[in-house]
Amino acid sequence: MDDIQLQEAIEQYLTGDMSVDEHTQFEAMRKATPEIDQMVIEHAMFIREMDIYVNRKNFSKLNKQVFNQLLDAGTWAPEATESTSSRVIQLWTKYKKVTAIAASVGGFIALFTSAMMLFFFPTINGNQILELSKAVEKIERNQKVQSHLLNEVKTKVPENAKLVSGGSGFLIDTKGFVITNAHVLKGEGAIVVNSLGQEFKATIVYSDKNSDLALLKIEDEDYKQAKALPFTIRKKSSDLGEDIFTLGFPRNDNDIVYGKGYLSAQTGYNGDSNTYQIQISANPGYSGAPVFNEKNELIGIMSSRQKLAEGVAFAIKSDKLFDLVQTLEENELTKDLNVKLNKQKVKGSKNRKAQINNFKNYIYSVRAFN
Amino acid sequence: MKAELNEQALLKGLAQNDSKAVETLYKSHFSMIQHFVTNNNGSFDDARDIFQEAMITLYEKVQLEHFTLSCQIKTYLFSICKNLWLKRLQQMGKYSAPLSSQEETISVEEDLDQFEKKDAAFAIMDRALNSLGEPCKSLLEGYYLNKKGMQELASQFGYTNADNAKNQKYKCLMRLKKLFFAQYNIGE
Repeated sequence: MDDIQLQEAIEQYLTGDMSVDEHTQFEAMRKATPEIDQMVIEHAMFIREMDIYVNRKNFSKLNKQVFNQLLDAGTWAPEATESTSSRVIQLWTKYKKVTAIAASVGGFIALFTSAMMLFFFPTINGNQILELSKAVEKIERNQKVQSHLLNEVKTKVPENAKLVSGGSGFLIDTKGFVITNAHVLKGEGAIVVNSLGQEFKATIVYSDKNSDLALLKIEDEDYKQAKALPFTIRKKSSDLGEDIFTLGFPRNDNDIVYGKGYLSAQTGYNGDSNTYQIQISANPGYSGAPVFNEKNELIGIMSSRQKLAEGVAFAIKSDKLFDLVQTLEENELTKDLNVKLNKQKVKGSKNRKAQINNFKNYIYSVRAFN
Repeated sequence: MKAELNEQALLKGLAQNDSKAVETLYKSHFSMIQHFVTNNNGSFDDARDIFQEAMITLYEKVQLEHFTLSCQIKTYLFSICKNLWLKRLQQMGKYSAPLSSQEETISVEEDLDQFEKKDAAFAIMDRALNSLGEPCKSLLEGYYLNKKGMQELASQFGYTNADNAKNQKYKCLMRLKKLFFAQYNIGE
């Protein structure tokens, strides 16, 4: 009897799927061979644990379903003020149709515009994907210009260090944790610069080329812990056609730049399920910039664009941040960092100008040096 | 008397995975826990997680053969939640003053011990399943979790017949058991 047959026999024996004859035969075998007896006991124990596991898993699933249904039905409000949110829901149901029409008209116009763009500005074939990090010389030049302008403020880039790459980043935890792309950090050290031009020293805590995510920790006495994040990190995936916007530092004069677009596919380049395809004009330097939806939720992280089609960019899905945090928690060296992601809904304004104003203090230009 | 009967019916429904019973329990008791957790350093999501754990504790309790609940469901759920939340706060190093609440509580230490023991085994099984890789993970989940038959699994995974699928299932099962028992303390 080989292992598989034995395994099958034990399972049948325990579930009572044996004929009387088989049963007595097996019983005798079990008595005669302690190894088999041991295997039966072990398997019984395993099946018991499996049952508990299965029951609990299914029951948790049921709980989640029930909970989400009730939540969607407006049974509870996540915020303390219940009246306002139920009013919003009322308004939403009332204007659902109008909004849907508006959204589809908007989508059509956007599609038309990008089709026109494609038609009039065809780009040259080459590498199909471009990382959005800035080139070396440009930053170097920028650095010189800046030090020229601000003579009294000394740069925090160590002397003799050479800037090698740059991009954007944003806070995910007000303790000073900044997310950016791994490909932005080509150097050994990094500094981050806020939208006011203030520089902060940062250490590279984590960098993963596969997911193209990296985590920096601002370690600078000048850094004052910000108030709670004005946005939520979205765990669920986002809807096609959702309006999105980004804020980053693509330019060399270190001015924050706003870009607007929409989510155009649930998967990224070549069907990559870790990323979204978004329609947005993406310039080098946008790498690592946050992608927000209208509901004050972070839904992705800009990472690359397609060379072939203007306006097509890819953003890493925000749920990858939860994976990243879990990796940190599971690692002996990083588990004490205690990085917390904001999952609580942020009410805040839905007015775009107000949103930009709220968010811009949480977004940084990232520069790596050697 | 009527209220008591209702509670019994609810518990019975809960034991049978009846979604109506689960819904009723959420509707009647979740806001109490939401209130309690958010008033004691927690978020809405924390309240959701804690309440689900309390629901699981109750669910696993009603599965027991000689099951009795010596108090109202409300009191039971609250006592579990309070204990769990207290622990959570201590783990986060946030706990300072006694938790504020006016609800009555009962002692639930024994049930919580049970819950945590099962939780540990659950985590080991979860890890073992997740480190199996494909197609083993989906095959075993299909068989044990979704209770699919061998024939159905054979066609889903492209095996020529149910016997082939069964062989594959046993191979996967043996690997899973190895992974599971490597971490599970049999002596306990």
